[in-house]
Amino acid sequence: MPMKSTILLVLSLLCITASYAGGYRIALQGQKQLAMGHTGVAVINASELVFFNPSGLTFLNEKFTVSVGANLVFANISFQNQNYGWHTEDKNGVSTPFNVYAAYKVNQWVSIGLGIYTPYGSGVEYPKDWEGSHLINDISLASIFVQPTVAFKINDIVSIGGGPIFATGNVNFNRNIDRTTTDVNGNRTNVTIDKTGITAWGYNLGLTVKPSEKLTLGVNYRSKIQMDAKNGDADFQNVPEAGNLQGQFDQVTFNASLPLPAELTVGASYTINEKWLVAIDYNRVYWNAYENLNVTFSNGQSSINPRNYKNSSTYRFGIQYNATPRLVLRGGYYFDESPVQSGYFAPETPRNDSNNFTGGFSFKLSDRFAIDASFLYIHFDEIEESYDYYQENGQNVSFGGLYKNNGFVPGLGITYGF
Amino acid sequence: MKKYLYTVLAISLSIGCQPEFNDPINEVGFYSSGSADFSNYVAVGNSLTAGYADNALYLEGQLNSFPSMLANKFSLAGGGDFNQPLVSDNLGGLLVNGQQIQGNRLVLEVTAGSQSPVPIEGTPTTDIANHLEGSFNNMGIPGAKSFHLTANTYGNIGNLPAANPYFIRIASSNQATVIGDAVAQDPTFFTLWIGNNDILSFATSGGVGEDQTGNLDPFTYGSSDITDPNVFANLYNEFLKALTANGAKGAVANIPDVTSIPYFTTVPYNAIPLDESTAAMLNQAYEPYNNGLQQAALLGVITDEEATARTINFKAGQNPVVLLDEDLTDLTFINQGLTNMRQATDKDLIPLPVSSVLGTLSDPENPNSVIGVSVPLNDSQLLTASEIELVVTAQRAYNTTIKTLADQYDIAFVDIQGLMNTLAQEGVSFDGGTITNTFGTGGAFSLDGVHPTQRGYAVVANTFIKAINSKYNADLPIVNPGNYPTIFVK
Repeated sequence: MPMKSTILLVLSLLCITASYAGGYRIALQGQKQLAMGHTGVAVINASELVFFNPSGLTFLNEKFTVSVGANLVFANISFQNQNYGWHTEDKNGVSTPFNVYAAYKVNQWVSIGLGIYTPYGSGVEYPKDWEGSHLINDISLASIFVQPTVAFKINDIVSIGGGPIFATGNVNFNRNIDRTTTDVNGNRTNVTIDKTGITAWGYNLGLTVKPSEKLTLGVNYRSKIQMDAKNGDADFQNVPEAGNLQGQFDQVTFNASLPLPAELTVGASYTINEKWLVAIDYNRVYWNAYENLNVTFSNGQSSINPRNYKNSSTYRFGIQYNATPRLVLRGGYYFDESPVQSGYFAPETPRNDSNNFTGGFSFKLSDRFAIDASFLYIHFDEIEESYDYYQENGQNVSFGGLYKNNGFVPGLGITYGF
Repeated sequence: MKKYLYTVLAISLSIGCQPEFNDPINEVGFYSSGSADFSNYVAVGNSLTAGYADNALYLEGQLNSFPSMLANKFSLAGGGDFNQPLVSDNLGGLLVNGQQIQGNRLVLEVTAGSQSPVPIEGTPTTDIANHLEGSFNNMGIPGAKSFHLTANTYGNIGNLPAANPYFIRIASSNQATVIGDAVAQDPTFFTLWIGNNDILSFATSGGVGEDQTGNLDPFTYGSSDITDPNVFANLYNEFLKALTANGAKGAVANIPDVTSIPYFTTVPYNAIPLDESTAAMLNQAYEPYNNGLQQAALLGVITDEEATARTINFKAGQNPVVLLDEDLTDLTFINQGLTNMRQATDKDLIPLPVSSVLGTLSDPENPNSVIGVSVPLNDSQLLTASEIELVVTAQRAYNTTIKTLADQYDIAFVDIQGLMNTLAQEGVSFDGGTITNTFGTGGAFSLDGVHPTQRGYAVVANTFIKAINSKYNADLPIVNPGNYPTIFVK
């Protein structure tokens, strides 16, 4: 692996949080694919197929190929509430999801591969003690999936593939325990829950059908992975002395569970001629697995936060143009439906449906090396929404206003193959 | 590779910008100041304007004073900076040259089975000898009565204790007046809320002061006296004349009923629980007194009516406290034991601090010295119906003046009396419930029972905002009381 990519990878590992797609899904699993609207279930072009559709690996031309890539996610949230004159902007953290894929053709019928990628995560930071601080001050969710893969060509038309996913994740979430409680000096009482090294297993399965030289069809299913955080640290800060007479807020641990939902993708690509290729993908993410964010503390307290996400769809379109033997240009668009239902608009993922525009290119540096660049612009319309299920003294207290998000995601990768 | 990365970074940073709303609320023109001009807002008043709560002026309280909340909303409609004379800490006590002259704020101490307001521990760091330079938009001076605002000795440290420690900190000179320092800032908008202490100090002292109605020289008043309503009216007119001389607009607030604050509504008149045998024993002990009353009535020294009103009678259950009422006919010339005792009625008010002595022994050696039962409450421990009448009469006159002058000067009138009565009756609802004037748990009043909590000040601020919006055709957003704390637990 080239030295500089190693640096990039290390950088990425240091801060792998991101957030922009519906919920906390991060659809940034390959530069070439992202440039084409993140289509790829039926595009046979690179080792990223380990993620997009493992079965496609057997149709690759290369004997061995590796891709390494990372994105810089600039995701921004603006919030305002006209009734109270509130205006808040998130702190515009930058996150860097990354991925590494390798594929090796054992023989004509069998390929193996390995993928390391970050399909879920979230990083939002609001100014401390902002108006919605009883819901969130900041959150950082990160996950890394490691997926060994094998693919079998059944015949020249049909191939299948898949592999187990080992997922490891971290969560760090801070919020004030309510809207007003402070210690005696006026410092807001808050809790940080933190857990690293959560692990879980899942799987990824795919099917590729090539009814003709020009047409490729693909189906891919990635299973739900339930991330159970057990005995994480719950650090309560600025608890009033009288509230902690028995030390019930000292050395507290927590249990919580967060689903990384299953995703089904079907798609097709069509090679029009030597220059042009078009692709479409349809994703269905089974977000209804995310009903509540329940945090149970070891001191007997708990925090029940209804989320009630709904299953959501994403419609992706991509186009590829071989401009010169060394330069491939790509463009795309996708419409990303938000899984968040009205009234459940929590400021940790305050996102509505988005229109996404992508572009990028690959440039062949040599026979074996190519650079892949991508760019994604995410457009959200502003939306008047609220989270209505926060409880204070047994009564629901709504928090909402006008939200507007956007995102800018440049990405860079390198592909090596022979 | 690195070069590409940097290029990508540079591009990204240049376009990674914050999403903009179609109608951003923080842009000029979204909210309107109407015909008012909030560019230089000065608040004039007493502790309520300063942000005083829990028996002290402390940092958090100042930061969430109602004028500070107003200024925060004004800033969305052309308002400028709002400079407050912040104290140094959250303890709230005051020093003068290192000597503590004012106690720390109260916090609720919770121990097994009981909770009580206690001063927070610590040595305060606000020394009034450290004079603050500059001018201050918040000219709320805790303790100030109407006539103090024009007193040119009020900020002179040499004049302690008659001078005011809070004004000493910020007075522009030794001869400065509060109103003078306010007007000198050339405010474009002002709030004036003054007059509360002109009746309140009489009330909280249990009516030990004098009603000075008819005495036009406030410099002869004692600290617990009621200010003459004509003195008040003349001064109020002077204040408004001075504050509006440059064409400034403003808002004035009236004086709430003393009967709407928990200081007087928390301890019930019938605070004495007794069982049947204790009641019988006490009745026996009071029999000589009751018989003496009957004799005095037969002699014609008092009416039968007074004799009945003064007769002490206990029964099983809740019993009215026994008190001394200076307005009753003196009978001690008949018998030393025939003091001015009677039992309280629901027209009498018992100040909050009495709750800590009521039912305790005035002489620890003597089990028959229970305060409020065998030892009557004294004049300073209650506000009798007739004393309340004096307070109400003066308050009515002040409030008539305030309303009349508000109309005359064509400025906004803020009915805080109405707000406080609502708090005392049905409460004021907000998105997290209802706040009421119930002591401790109601949410509106701090642990001193007189001053609002920050949440209470939030509903005060909203009452101002609504009056300002309506008077000046302005369009200011309100504050959310749910975001402000109530009492502080140790």
